[in-house]
Amino acid sequence: MVIELGHFALTLAFAIALVQAVIPLIGAHKGWSGWMAMAEPAATAQFLLTAFSFGALTYAFVTSDFSVSLVVSNSHTLKPMLYKVTGVWGNHEGSMLLWVLILTLFGAMAAWFGGGLPPGLRARVLAVQSAISAAFFAFVLFTSNPFTRMQAIPFDGRDLNPLLQDPGLAFHPPFLYLGYVGLSICFSFAVAALIEGRVDAAWGRWVRPWTLAAWVFLTIGIALGSWWAYYELGWGGFWFWDPVENASFMPWLISAALLHSAIVVEKREALKSWTILLAIVAFGFSLIGAFITRSGIITSVHAFASDPERGMFLLLILGVFMGGALTLYAARASAMEAKGVFGTVSRESALVFNNILLAVSAFVVFVGTIWPLFAEMAFDRKLSVGAPFFNMAFTPFMVALALLLPIGSTLPWKRGRLGRSVRAMVPAMGLALAIGALAWSMQTGRSALGPVGLALGTWLISGAVVDLWLRAGRAGLADRLRRIARLPRADWGKSVAHAGVGITMIGIAGVMAWEIEDIRVAQIGDRFEVGGYGISFENVEDVQGPNYISTMATMGVWRGETRIATLTPEKRVYPVARMPTTEAALDIGFFRDVYLVIGDPQENGGWAVRSYIKPFVNWIWGGAIIMGLGGLLSLSDRRVRVAAGARREGGATPLPAE
Amino acid sequence: MLKRLCMILALAFVQTALSSAPVRALDPSELLADPVLEERARELSQGLRCLVCRNESIDDSNAELARDLRRIVRERLVSGDSDAEVLDYVVGRYGEFVLLKPPATGVNLMLYFAGPAMLGLGLLVAVFYIRARRERGTGPDERLSAEEQARLKQIMGD
Repeated sequence: MVIELGHFALTLAFAIALVQAVIPLIGAHKGWSGWMAMAEPAATAQFLLTAFSFGALTYAFVTSDFSVSLVVSNSHTLKPMLYKVTGVWGNHEGSMLLWVLILTLFGAMAAWFGGGLPPGLRARVLAVQSAISAAFFAFVLFTSNPFTRMQAIPFDGRDLNPLLQDPGLAFHPPFLYLGYVGLSICFSFAVAALIEGRVDAAWGRWVRPWTLAAWVFLTIGIALGSWWAYYELGWGGFWFWDPVENASFMPWLISAALLHSAIVVEKREALKSWTILLAIVAFGFSLIGAFITRSGIITSVHAFASDPERGMFLLLILGVFMGGALTLYAARASAMEAKGVFGTVSRESALVFNNILLAVSAFVVFVGTIWPLFAEMAFDRKLSVGAPFFNMAFTPFMVALALLLPIGSTLPWKRGRLGRSVRAMVPAMGLALAIGALAWSMQTGRSALGPVGLALGTWLISGAVVDLWLRAGRAGLADRLRRIARLPRADWGKSVAHAGVGITMIGIAGVMAWEIEDIRVAQIGDRFEVGGYGISFENVEDVQGPNYISTMATMGVWRGETRIATLTPEKRVYPVARMPTTEAALDIGFFRDVYLVIGDPQENGGWAVRSYIKPFVNWIWGGAIIMGLGGLLSLSDRRVRVAAGARREGGATPLPAE
Repeated sequence: MLKRLCMILALAFVQTALSSAPVRALDPSELLADPVLEERARELSQGLRCLVCRNESIDDSNAELARDLRRIVRERLVSGDSDAEVLDYVVGRYGEFVLLKPPATGVNLMLYFAGPAMLGLGLLVAVFYIRARRERGTGPDERLSAEEQARLKQIMGD
């Protein structure tokens, strides 16, 4: 019964979405306020109905209702409760339901917090947003219905893929979708502005918080996924340049660019048409990402042919929305007259370069991702584009970005003097070079990657500190510190996020340059040395888990004669899903991880054991979290929140201070 | 099976995991005694694709085929081949699909030049744009209109 109600609620939400996509648009065009006003309650209703529908599916998973075919394929009675819940989105149908839930959530939030928007713009934004959700409702209902019942009800389910039974991955998709789908609001704003033919500073101010929020979610989502891959896949890789990873990385790069260009629109009324284009393209990349991951087309053109319905549907959605928006853009963009004037050396110019580097690097990732497909279809050449290519083609952009960032971020608006900004950065430069040189002298016979990455990261972090310092003006030390503490949160957010980029860079360069790996056969009782650490291989036993059987080793990690950790790497077998997994054991540290993996037993006794020392590896995700924190700080800035339209036209009560 | 795979395709990062059985493949017994040769073998392995996996190098893969390829690479190295000769041999047997970094020849040049060309184009447009902005020094009135003033006051005022 609940299942049918959930299905019905979803269908109802679809109908409302269709109406909401049309009526407010006509209302805005004709100036009929009643027609415009229907958008708000409709958006709320859409969200509530979808939330109910999602709740119904969750209920089916939690109660292990094996009359629902999705529950059968993805759940099991013995599965821990956490994974029963996360199993809801651990599959295609359920994750698409989560996707539309988030779409309608953003639509409803735009309605709830959009009080400060002009009524025409608000109606159009909500209508465009609703058109997107209508398209995805149709996709779910017609190609991926999660509520399909079984003909014959089995006694138990087939279990969720064991790799997904992990807290890191359980929360990776919701964050990622919040990011992907958050960009739909920016798209709606862009299209609404194109329909209105007006983009001004206020528009930039309205779009920025949404972009910021989407970007923060994407950052956290990508970091979670990368962290999960690191400890779950058993060899400590953190990024594979896999098409599905690229699918999440491209929107991240573009939304980072959008974030910065929207600032220029807000503060200086320039870069308007470019910002609109970025907002359209950012969501376009989200849709491309959905298409890539769901159609299976990148794996093989032939895999696509075997299940073309979903792929074609998504391609259609992509075509209609991108085609429509870009056509509108071509027709209207010229009307976006820029107002702001600025010199060659200025914050505006620096942000233009930021945008070029981010957008072109996203383009490089895009070309690399689709090249195998393109080459096969157009030239009948079967080839691969993998990590070695991306590392070579992508890294230079990030190096250039890192070099320019600290100087660009301290340039004044309108007109600056390069000499002055460079002079202010001399301490940061000196520190970066010193640390790079130190690293260079300490390592022998290795590539320049480590020292250069360390220097760049230091340059970014110390540059962010100098940036804050400069904002405090000329005064005594105490005065300056007090002023820094009182700087608006947006300024803090900017510096924190930029420092986060530096931290991530140090992490990536550090682990890639200085990782130590040891592969060997170890007998029980052995002790061996890896990169200054002693590893003792003490015991192997079989352990019964809730829904798996584990072969668990006990190993000690020693520094000299001090035992610093006892680690238990495992090999698990999940009998229901008939799948083995590796659970690496980590001793997590600030400067390094010790990463141990137990392999197969050897014919002549002993076990294959892999040990890794991974310097700075946690800085990768630490930096990402700090980037996200910077974004949140910025988002909590009163000026940004007010701009999100938190207050109604003429509303009497001002917001509380903090 | 395919249907199940499609369901799982939902999640980023998962495919990488799926195609590989999780235990890292390279077995202690495969390692070469000579550390220099072994280092070269590792380098080469990281650039070669496991043909039956999804976007994975033979160095990372657990598949039987990847193991065979690793063995071939090491055998060729031991018999004195240069790195280029090893790659030629493997490509000769399995086609250029096996290379994770496609050769920069023919149409692949487009792949390699796409980034630099786009960057050049972007910089060119940026230079023109910035120049135009600068020369418009006496452009339209930059001050806020009365309406914008009022709105600003409303936003900032309290």
